Amino acid sequence: MDILSFLVDGLLIGFVYGIAAMGLTLIWGVMNVINLAHGPIIALGMFGVYLLFENLGLNPYLNLVLVAAAGLVLGMLIYVIAIHRVIDAPHLSTLLATFAVNMIIIGLGTAAFSTSPRNVDFSLGTITLGPVNILGTRLVAALAALLVTGALYLFLYRTTPGKYIRAVANNRMAAELMGIPSARVLALSFGLGTMLAAIAGGLVATFFPFTILSGGTYELKSFVIGVLGGLGNPLGALVGGLLLGTLEGVIPFFMETTWVPVIEFVLFVVILLVRPTGLFGGE
Amino acid sequence: MDSTSETTETTDTTFREDQARDEQVPVLARTGRWRNPGLWLTLLTIFLIGLWPVITDSAATREVIFTMLLSVVLASSLNIILGYTGYVSFGHVVFFGLGGYVGLYLMIVHNASLWLAMIAGGLAAALLAFLLGKAILRLRGGYFALATIGVNEAMRAFINNFEPFGGPIGLSLNFQTYSDYGGATSALWLTFYLLVALTLITIFMSYVVKTSKFGLGLMAIREDEDAAEIMGVTTPNAKTWAYVLSAILPGIVGVLFFFKNGNIEPPDAFRLHFSIEFIVMVMLGGQGTVLGPVLGAIGYQRLRGFLLTNALFKNIQLSVAGALLLVIILFIPAGAVGWLRQRFTRLRRFLP
Repeated sequence: MDILSFLVDGLLIGFVYGIAAMGLTLIWGVMNVINLAHGPIIALGMFGVYLLFENLGLNPYLNLVLVAAAGLVLGMLIYVIAIHRVIDAPHLSTLLATFAVNMIIIGLGTAAFSTSPRNVDFSLGTITLGPVNILGTRLVAALAALLVTGALYLFLYRTTPGKYIRAVANNRMAAELMGIPSARVLALSFGLGTMLAAIAGGLVATFFPFTILSGGTYELKSFVIGVLGGLGNPLGALVGGLLLGTLEGVIPFFMETTWVPVIEFVLFVVILLVRPTGLFGGE
Repeated sequence: MDSTSETTETTDTTFREDQARDEQVPVLARTGRWRNPGLWLTLLTIFLIGLWPVITDSAATREVIFTMLLSVVLASSLNIILGYTGYVSFGHVVFFGLGGYVGLYLMIVHNASLWLAMIAGGLAAALLAFLLGKAILRLRGGYFALATIGVNEAMRAFINNFEPFGGPIGLSLNFQTYSDYGGATSALWLTFYLLVALTLITIFMSYVVKTSKFGLGLMAIREDEDAAEIMGVTTPNAKTWAYVLSAILPGIVGVLFFFKNGNIEPPDAFRLHFSIEFIVMVMLGGQGTVLGPVLGAIGYQRLRGFLLTNALFKNIQLSVAGALLLVIILFIPAGAVGWLRQRFTRLRRFLP
């Protein structure tokens, strides 16, 4: 393969990374919570698509819609049970509360599905564009990611609940004084964040094998991307995802693949130190 | 003291305010610093626990207690930066792993003794903490926590590629090495004795830091960093030294653990999950107290042992532990010792 193929491959996966990171960064932006249950929810998204496909034979992209709805409900549930009580406590509490959710999901998931790898046996063939071969599933995943981003922006900027979310993110106290039901808005935001994670997981499942533990990798990538794009900035997350995907596609062309995480995490720490608002963060 | 007991009865005080008031006690009781029965009882208990496998001459008990004491050292060390200073170090295992790597590298490649390796491991961890402290301790709240995760992952990925440390394969001790310490069996006992001693040192250090002026500065930083700065605490230095202090002992016990283990690999040395377990132990027992991390570590390991061997919970032990953690975070955020101190003010004197 030549560098162009690597680049396109990386870029297409970058869209999916972007969706995962968008979920993380949305939650951070609205309520200042680092969601350590992000990875397991990504993994649940993978299993959701897989189980519906294997047992009911449904089309994976149809499953994705169901998984998204389930992700929204699950996220709201997690917020109500685990986070609402500690939302104003010091950071450690919310970090540990979400980590407790992480442990619960991983524990139950391991018991139910074991840790042997699964994969969704589904293919859309390959598309040849000039010198580049593109896997159909990856192209559709990238398009789906764009669609989801568009829908999220329409929701945030054109609907009342979306405006409520932005208001709460901006200043929760002021939003409450304006009569916005902040608890419900926070629950909805958390639900949206986990929904995005579940969608990202479902998309990954259509082209990579996975286990219940696979979400952890994407969670760490989401941290890196979130910081690249500026925590709390959903569009920055998409751009950061594309950047990370491209880096992952191109770096193996110059050095051993095992150096990719070194570069990623060093970049992550450096950006946190130098520009904590992200590469494109204004405020 | 009576005035504090009145105010703690009120239910609307937040946990932070409670803690702030709480910390005045050791200062008032400064004169009795070395006569705190809580400290000496704890040290005695740890010593007796350490003596138990020696008396019964049981290798199985020794292994159980080894894990327990290892957790006590790591949790108590973490407590200095997490509980006293209020900075959430999520990747604390990086010091444990780096110490282990440096120690084993010296023992294997340069034929260093275990003693030298332990010192080097501790120094390496301290140096890393010092350099990191200068850089990432500027970040506050969630950003610091994220940065420590990043540092741990970067280190793991780097060592995975670092040939002198064996890359992904890691380092293995030659079995002959143990014969310098009287064979494998006595080497195992030696590591155990050393760990008991290090545990006592850790708890003692934790107490000294907490009751010192330096410790008071750290707690001021935890409550309000800007105010502490104005009141004359040189916050960047204080934070950095707290971080260094919390890194040394994990570095030393890292050498001990991997010496006993015989080999070291990147995923074992830098397991993020391990870091988070220390945080859980500190929270269970009570962050910011001397006894909390000790009780938390012992309690957590006992619980884990119970869940792992119980037929009903064996498969879902992680979930049960997670659910328990959640209940504690939501309802007893001060942890066991913190709760006791809030509830029974008279006990504060005995529960450092």
